[in-house]
Amino acid sequence: MREKKNLQDLNGVYVFNVAEREDLDRPTARLIKEFECIEEKFDNDIGSKYGILSGSRDNSLYSALWVAQALLRKGSAKTADKRMLLLTNEDDPFGSIKGITKMDMLRTTLQRAKDAQDLGISIELLPLSRRNDEFNVSLFYAELLGLEGDELAQFQALAGERLKDMKEQLRKRIFKKRKIRRIKFIIANGMSIDVDTYALIRPTNPGTITWLDSVTNLPIKSDRSFICTDTGALLQEPAQRFQSYKSEDVMLSVDELSEIKRIASGHLRLLGFKPLSCLKDYHNLRPSTFIFPSDEEVIGSTCIFVALHRSMLQLNRFALAFGGSSNNPHLVALVAQNEIISGGGQVEPPGMHMIYLPYSDDIRHIEEVHADANTIAPRATDDQTKTASALVRRIDLKDFSVCQFSNPALQRHYAVLQALALDEDEMPEIKDETLPDQEGMARPGIVKLLEEFKLSVFGENYEDNDLTTGGTMTEASRKRKAIADNATKEYSKYDWLELADTGKLKDLTVAELKYYLTANNLSVTGAKAALISRILTHMGK
Amino acid sequence: MARNKEALVLVLDVGPTMHAILPQIEKVCSMLIEKKLIYSKSDEVGVVLFGTEATENELTKEVGGYEHITVLRHIKVVDGDLLQALQNLPRESVDGDFLDAIVVGMDMLIKKFGPTNKGKKRLCLITNALHPIKDPYEGTKEDQVSTIASQMMAQGMKMDCVIARLTQNMEANKRIMEENDLLLRVFSNKSSTKTVYVESPTKLLGALRTRNISPVTIYRGDLELSPKLNIKVWVYKKTSEEKFPTLKRYSNKAPPTDKFATHEVKVDYEYKSIEDPTRVVPPEQRIKGYRYGPQVVPISSAELEAVKFKPDKSVKLLGFANASNIMRHYYMKDVNIFIAEPGNAKAILAVSALARAMKEMMKVAIVRCVWRQGQGNVVVGVLTPNVSDNENIPDSFCFNVLPFAEDVREFQFPSFSNLPSSMQPNQQQQEAADRLVRMLDLALLGKEEILQPDFTPNPILERFYRYLELKSKDKDAAVPPLDETLKKITEPDPEILFQNKSVIEDFRRCFELKENPKLKKSTRRLLKEKPSGSDDEREALGNGSDAQPMDAIEYPSKIKTEKIGDANPVQDFEAMMSRRDSPEWVSKAIQYMKDKVFELVENSCEGDSYQKALECLTALRKGCILEQEPKQFNDFILHLYKFCQQKDLKSFCEYLASHGITLISKTEAADSEVTEDEAKTFIVKSEQGF
Repeated sequence: MREKKNLQDLNGVYVFNVAEREDLDRPTARLIKEFECIEEKFDNDIGSKYGILSGSRDNSLYSALWVAQALLRKGSAKTADKRMLLLTNEDDPFGSIKGITKMDMLRTTLQRAKDAQDLGISIELLPLSRRNDEFNVSLFYAELLGLEGDELAQFQALAGERLKDMKEQLRKRIFKKRKIRRIKFIIANGMSIDVDTYALIRPTNPGTITWLDSVTNLPIKSDRSFICTDTGALLQEPAQRFQSYKSEDVMLSVDELSEIKRIASGHLRLLGFKPLSCLKDYHNLRPSTFIFPSDEEVIGSTCIFVALHRSMLQLNRFALAFGGSSNNPHLVALVAQNEIISGGGQVEPPGMHMIYLPYSDDIRHIEEVHADANTIAPRATDDQTKTASALVRRIDLKDFSVCQFSNPALQRHYAVLQALALDEDEMPEIKDETLPDQEGMARPGIVKLLEEFKLSVFGENYEDNDLTTGGTMTEASRKRKAIADNATKEYSKYDWLELADTGKLKDLTVAELKYYLTANNLSVTGAKAALISRILTHMGK
Repeated sequence: MARNKEALVLVLDVGPTMHAILPQIEKVCSMLIEKKLIYSKSDEVGVVLFGTEATENELTKEVGGYEHITVLRHIKVVDGDLLQALQNLPRESVDGDFLDAIVVGMDMLIKKFGPTNKGKKRLCLITNALHPIKDPYEGTKEDQVSTIASQMMAQGMKMDCVIARLTQNMEANKRIMEENDLLLRVFSNKSSTKTVYVESPTKLLGALRTRNISPVTIYRGDLELSPKLNIKVWVYKKTSEEKFPTLKRYSNKAPPTDKFATHEVKVDYEYKSIEDPTRVVPPEQRIKGYRYGPQVVPISSAELEAVKFKPDKSVKLLGFANASNIMRHYYMKDVNIFIAEPGNAKAILAVSALARAMKEMMKVAIVRCVWRQGQGNVVVGVLTPNVSDNENIPDSFCFNVLPFAEDVREFQFPSFSNLPSSMQPNQQQQEAADRLVRMLDLALLGKEEILQPDFTPNPILERFYRYLELKSKDKDAAVPPLDETLKKITEPDPEILFQNKSVIEDFRRCFELKENPKLKKSTRRLLKEKPSGSDDEREALGNGSDAQPMDAIEYPSKIKTEKIGDANPVQDFEAMMSRRDSPEWVSKAIQYMKDKVFELVENSCEGDSYQKALECLTALRKGCILEQEPKQFNDFILHLYKFCQQKDLKSFCEYLASHGITLISKTEAADSEVTEDEAKTFIVKSEQGF
């Protein structure tokens, strides 16, 4: 490299950075944007030379490792995960030099890498293959990374996929494995084991909102104040709450309220076991929590957990327990999950999943709401079920896995954010993976089965399907329709533009104003002034 | 009557065989009324008791008969007196006739409302149905029940029957019981009647629905199998968590004489610039900002609205998958139910055919749902067949939300099979576990399932409403301990434990638990809170030292390392070097480490602490390279050598030489004045020097 830029003033190393940012810092929009044009800038500003040449005492790989390591000095080893990603297409960096210099450079470079690793910095290699030339890890990098035997073979095999993998993961938030908390799982009186709880599945949201002042774009904070509605006096947050009950105000203190909720100790308490068939599909409230044993404090926990885990899998049973968090404890089902490994990776970890169960008043009996005691509900005949079976068999999502779709709303949000942050003009298009496979559905085989099912269930007149619903229109919707019809009729009796221009809208009654709004499918709520302004906006005035 | 308003007649059996469970009936009925007093203050309730010594009802006066039935309260708006009456039900002495009592209850509803208020009139019968009903004047008992059931239908009444038969009164007459059950089934088949059999007091508390909600659909429209084939469906919530009520804040500022004081507190929000707290930003001037790295990107809601993801309202089938592919723990939220459009026979048939086919083939359907137009996201979920075994109820689907790729965190955990053998159960232990899992059974064949979610009350809410009632009478009342019946939800049932005593004992004997002795006291968690309402918690946990009632919240915050201790000098050193709160820590750390090494070498006895000293030196060397302080290390090591030579600790110098500790050279740290060759030969030289 022609230019050099680093603290140590070493040749052949360039620390890329942009203004208002330290060399090792969180990525900024500007960094990303400028890094995108590094290709063109590189030749002009930075300049390039090929590899390490004989006759030169510069060992650019060594220097690069050193500079990177020095950058990573920042931050404590405990709180941060320190990684160096080495992207290169040169599998033999010291290939062009010979003799003692090569030995020397080799040795010092390896030592440098080892020092970095000893300091808790992990080095990862992302080999970039050249045309007609496989990247040979064993030439040099195997030693640098400390790969041996099987590991080496595995690395070779996966080398090509590593970069692809990384690209795919770019938009996915990476979470560090972190337990929620450690809890006691009380198996029997005087016998409790330690388990750690983990949140393996939680909805991801678009990130926290920071409120800004739209004029200055500076962050703002909200101040909460309590005002007595009777006297208007400013209060401290009161410790008393009240509930109106039997036309009286019953007062409860905050302490008393939390006392009521404290019915369990925050431990998990085993109540017994049930067959898995007792766990219905509607017994669910929240995402489950994963539990895994820990021997760190109580030795023997894992052994008991593993024994119970095996028995539960063997006997197809789940454990019923009471616990969870201490301010909202619940009945939970503990479902044992066997480890599932596929393609060399762990797909499902071994352990138990804690499923939060509803109480009787959380379950609604919807099926019964529309049931009529005097009529017997239609049931599909065997023939109809058979055509449905053929359909089910044909429209098969092979190897469906729950996490194969990314959330289109979230992806869209991230893309919009990035476009705004980088001042891009165009909004990127995000592919919605959740749409059905139109082409697949149009295949003749499937179309035929769909038609057969349609014929068997709906008979010849499928199109009547929609008409039958006309008869079941509810009273409320009939009323709404009548209002709408009336409004369209009345609407034509007024010269709205004229009224608006002469400012006579305010002389109309609210009912009259609503004719306009209903006829134009606008909201009819609000005060009269709001209605008028809505009409004017709609007219474009 | 308002949309949600309900008229209810409680028909309660207070005969001698009911006395054992009357306390629970009192509780569940008061709970019902307590909730009504808060959420539906204008609901009307009447109470009919049967099995009473006396007879007091209108029918007996009008047509005769209907003995031993007392109307405790006519249909009236709920109030405190009603609650009072239900909490003190009389214990009576006659075996009652439940059918007569139902008729009296119906008569009350008819007289009060006539044919109006269809679907909002409810009867609630609680009895054990152990005693025969009287023979009718004409026809069979069954005919009579049939007539009453159709009358009930015609009047638009619903009925809930809770048949409470606790295990202790099971020696009753089998024939009568069976006859009564048959008659009750007639009610279920011919009218909107739901019958629940209850064997435990806990289930009794959950058997009566105390929450009155008129369900609303979240979607009405097509379930799109393909663009050319749609099934009309309605979607409702099937489960929805009943939340702890939010109480209003109380202000005591109003003078006590002010009778019209609301005592309410208004919460006011003011937005201020963080940089200049005196500047107030009006709420409409705020704008949302999202983090993008260290920057915050402002996006106005109009902008966001314009560019955000806007799918069209629809429910589309993506395909079918094996039920085993969708693990139970992937269900994300509360559950919805898909029913075919009511009254649309073709749609009901289509749902039925699909549900039955899926059930038979162990398949599930994956669907993509946008419930409302303008909803900013899509939901991908799974439909599982919900085949009905009641001939009046159509088949339906349960719907559960599935996670997206972003929602799943792939943490790796060790395989159980790779664990060291000390953590694996041996055969004897495994057998003990098998026995425990098999025997500690809550769903014994032929018995009712214990703690079935559908009939288990929420203990926290039960406690809240009970306490509210107590407080309304005595404002100094303390929170009462958790009710015995409710404790069976939070703790194992002592009876079941007793029955399985030997299995549990056996299990406990097979396994050994002990506290990890290596852990320092300070890292142990501290006792934080003890659950209230279970005074025997400590006792229940047993006397093993491993089972102290500790709460699992957090560790005490880590103290920042300020010194290099004896236990882990290397770690302490690294921790100090990485402290960034003051630049002094680096030099302090180096100094402390030097002292430590000296101490170790000086106090060594025949080289016992050499290894530790070497570790410290290695760490120090690394630290000095990293912090670009080569001189510190080089000077120190020269000094140390000299010291060793003088103090006759030459063996340490040899020890260092054999482990290749050298000076820091120029190549390693630019500031060093030592070349690489010098660094390497340093040891040799220093040895020769003496």
